[in-house]
Amino acid sequence: MGLFYVIYLDFMRQINIPDWLIIILWHIINFCFAAVLLIFIVLFLVLFERKYLAFFTRRKGPNRVGLNGCLQTAADGLKILFKENILPSGADKFLYFCAPLLVFSPIMAVYCLIPFAEDLTAYNSCCGVLLFMAILSLPPLGVLFAGYSSGNKYSLIGGIRSCVQSISSEIPVFIVLAGIVLLTGSMNLNEITKAQSGIFLNWNIFPSILGFIIFLICSLIIMNRIPFDFPEAESELTAGYNSEYSGMKFAMFFLGEYALTFIFSAFIAVLFLGGYNPPFGVYAADLLNLPLISGAIVKNIEQFFWLMIKTYILILIIMWFRAAYPRLRQSDAIEFCWYILIPLSVFNLFILCIIQFIRGCL
Amino acid sequence: MNIVLTSLNRIYNQTRANSLWPLTFATSCCGIEMMCVSAADYDVARFGSEVFRASPRQSDLLIIAGTITHKMAPVLLKLYEQMAEPKYVIAMGACACSGGMFANDSYSVVYGADKIIPVDIYLPMCPPKPEALINAIIKLQSEIKKESITDRKNIIASHKSNLFKPDDCDILMKKEDIQVFKMGI
Repeated sequence: MGLFYVIYLDFMRQINIPDWLIIILWHIINFCFAAVLLIFIVLFLVLFERKYLAFFTRRKGPNRVGLNGCLQTAADGLKILFKENILPSGADKFLYFCAPLLVFSPIMAVYCLIPFAEDLTAYNSCCGVLLFMAILSLPPLGVLFAGYSSGNKYSLIGGIRSCVQSISSEIPVFIVLAGIVLLTGSMNLNEITKAQSGIFLNWNIFPSILGFIIFLICSLIIMNRIPFDFPEAESELTAGYNSEYSGMKFAMFFLGEYALTFIFSAFIAVLFLGGYNPPFGVYAADLLNLPLISGAIVKNIEQFFWLMIKTYILILIIMWFRAAYPRLRQSDAIEFCWYILIPLSVFNLFILCIIQFIRGCL
Repeated sequence: MNIVLTSLNRIYNQTRANSLWPLTFATSCCGIEMMCVSAADYDVARFGSEVFRASPRQSDLLIIAGTITHKMAPVLLKLYEQMAEPKYVIAMGACACSGGMFANDSYSVVYGADKIIPVDIYLPMCPPKPEALINAIIKLQSEIKKESITDRKNIIASHKSNLFKPDDCDILMKKEDIQVFKMGI
């Protein structure tokens, strides 16, 4: 909050708006910011992925709607909006309706925890890391509900698979997170970012490169991305948990998946790649000697820009996995989680303990 | 009023025409050509239809790629009925159009998919080249752009036929053929 909140308070008090309304409005503004950001990012990401995969397979990708296909996802979205909503006769109506919301709303809630810039954090929680992972353990439940409620055996198998893999992937993730908290001494995402300021050698990726790799693999499982997209394995389960969903409800799952891809990449960038810190520790705003307030605003924009660059590099890597790897068998992936990733993450934690001990002695 | 309707129509038609998501449904050799269409040389992604959905609930376009046998007929009908409106059908290949080379004396092949479900575009040839399928998709797009929201009700009504019900494949055959069919099983 910080700077922007002060400017906002000043402005609102000048036009005589009561204090309680100011506080409520501030949260509404934050929510609108997150929602608009989310929708634009998702629309862009879907198109981006289609173009990017086309680039990998030497195709052109969508290029008929708008300038070089830039409105393709808008067309898709509107079409899905116009499509018929089917309620299968064997469905559990209440759960069938709730499941897409339960997948989509936690992912949207998580957008408020990420520090996009120093003063651009909607909710600067003292245990942001824990809250982030806790909220993100809800979408697999939504997927399970979707699978159970649509009254289709393939959906049910998909839902159960989602729960199974979320259990096995979250354990190594939490052990790696413990290492990060040990290194930075805080669970607040803003504090974690500040602990990595300076040049890029201060980033958490350098002491815990192993942790970064484990986290990236597990994040693929959490996001249902392609080497691990068992809940909707098309060749085995028709379309998995969402095979009975059509129209807008299906779009909620689809949007949720891409929104999660984005926000989880941002989370990895915050934890390992220094968040909004520039790679060489120098802000253009500081060099230009701007006056106080405009300088701070420029600095925030710059920080937002750096976080976006890091996030998109991670997204590029994740999409590259999709182009390069076929789907694994689920039992293989879960064995990999339990037998290899968990011991490795404990080993990573051990190394970080030693590093932190040596740092303390110096 | 008309101005609003026409501009709304235009958006509605453009969006539907440019994102036809096909169903992954290939019954025989035409399926190979259908796969080829989405691969590098022909790239149907340019027209926004490379998103092959495996579930009929999410797809808009049913490309009947290959021979429809009597055993497959109820499945085809079921898939078509599971698709959400608006939905379109391309009968790809001679077999799906008219029975093709099986049309004279086969006991097991449906003589044309339009005996079971309404077909929007017929695409003969055995099998059609990928260019031909792309051409069919473009033709379908131009057909879709001529539709209007107000016609939609009539079109939906034409999609529902009470003639054939699922698990009722016998209805598609002559009486003397049924004996042969059962012996074949």
